[in-house]
Amino acid sequence: MPKLKAFRTPACPEEVAALVSGDLIHLSGVVYTARDAAHLRLMEQLEAEQPLPFPLLNQTLFYVGPSPTPPGKIIGACGPTTGRRMDVYTPSLLANGLKMIIGKGPRSPEVVAAFRRYQAAYLVAIGGAAALMAQCVKKAQLLAYPELGPEAVYRLEVEKMPLIVAIDAQGRNLFELGPEEYAEEG
Amino acid sequence: MRELNVDQVTAAVAQLSIEACRYLGEDVRALLEQARAEEKSAFGCFILEQILKNLEVAAKEQLPICQDTGMTVVFLEVGQDLHLTGGDLTMAVNEGVRRGYQEGYLRKSVLTPLSRINTNDNTPAVIHTKIVPGDRLKITVAPKGAGSENMSRVKMLQPADGIAGVKQFVLETVTAAGGCACPPLIVGVGIGGTMEKAALLAKEALLRPAGSSHSDPAVANLEKELRVLINKTGLGPQGLGGKVTALAVHIQTYPTHIAALPVAVNLQCHVARHRSLLL
Repeated sequence: MPKLKAFRTPACPEEVAALVSGDLIHLSGVVYTARDAAHLRLMEQLEAEQPLPFPLLNQTLFYVGPSPTPPGKIIGACGPTTGRRMDVYTPSLLANGLKMIIGKGPRSPEVVAAFRRYQAAYLVAIGGAAALMAQCVKKAQLLAYPELGPEAVYRLEVEKMPLIVAIDAQGRNLFELGPEEYAEEG
Repeated sequence: MRELNVDQVTAAVAQLSIEACRYLGEDVRALLEQARAEEKSAFGCFILEQILKNLEVAAKEQLPICQDTGMTVVFLEVGQDLHLTGGDLTMAVNEGVRRGYQEGYLRKSVLTPLSRINTNDNTPAVIHTKIVPGDRLKITVAPKGAGSENMSRVKMLQPADGIAGVKQFVLETVTAAGGCACPPLIVGVGIGGTMEKAALLAKEALLRPAGSSHSDPAVANLEKELRVLINKTGLGPQGLGGKVTALAVHIQTYPTHIAALPVAVNLQCHVARHRSLLL
């Protein structure tokens, strides 16, 4: 089992570029949330050259739509959502300085190439382990698009969130390398 | 004739929605434990351990197991000798969903399909009703997340495609879904009937006790064989490589037309939720 490495965000570009597909990290620091509807808004604002609700440069995006926060808690269940649905938006966000994305599931070849081109990384959280991930969130602040409900943008401060580096800045892709290693002839 | 006030239906649906989202059945948990013992990949084992730990945290913290608390699929088996009183059954079910999702702090994920406007209370539910003998009402609430639902497919095969065609389609569906459907999966397969019947059979297959075998030995063999084939893909937990991609394959069949062979594959992630109550 690869050793869990501590990793802080926002990270400098060199640290992100040094991540290797198959690394297991404990991420601490700031991440911003956005999923389908928020991406549409972000793209509209980028095209209109309007300021975004949060900076992209060297930042980390988390594909999540948390369940509502019960009284006395910081956040509801908050596991990752499928990355593939955001494939159409990802290259533009990476071109604008975004460095890491947390999601689940494989990405298109175009997006893998974009991670390489922009020296960025795709980190995988465990889909469905959402109550566990909520325990890693120490602060949650609503930043934008409250009308989108579960799709609103939040700024989260997280501590020791366990993540697997799936696609690295060299374009290595654990979604291909992993299954290849374990596949058997039918 | 036995009477049942639909207020009881509302209360039951609310309770079942919350319970289904917080507590996984022991059958699924047992399969996850078994998967952890069988898995060879280090990442796969790590993922399965985290998935099992998550179940404990969800119960302890009274949080949903997964933030995607789904579109609420409700199965009603209504006894033909039962008289429902006090209002509209569909409205009563939807009121139960509204209440359960509000009171249980469950995510409201339902919206109008084209204008994408959230209904803000997770209604309407998808309701499947069957009239059955007797005077009872069985309610099953099965919240279905979009991660695995999005990767599900229906295909109208040709009779000449036969069992080999069925196997190929199931394998193609699981492979195309990859890590998106959150494996390890329970794979529901509906074979026969018409297009919509096959889809419903596949969904109903997911309600069977996880890991149970079909009563027809030929179908049970096909289930076993498909599970082995799926696990040979090497996709593994979360699609990152490993031995356990399917926890179970459940097949339901129904007679079909001489010219037809409809097959539906309804993928279910490891958060295989459903709760039932008999009123």
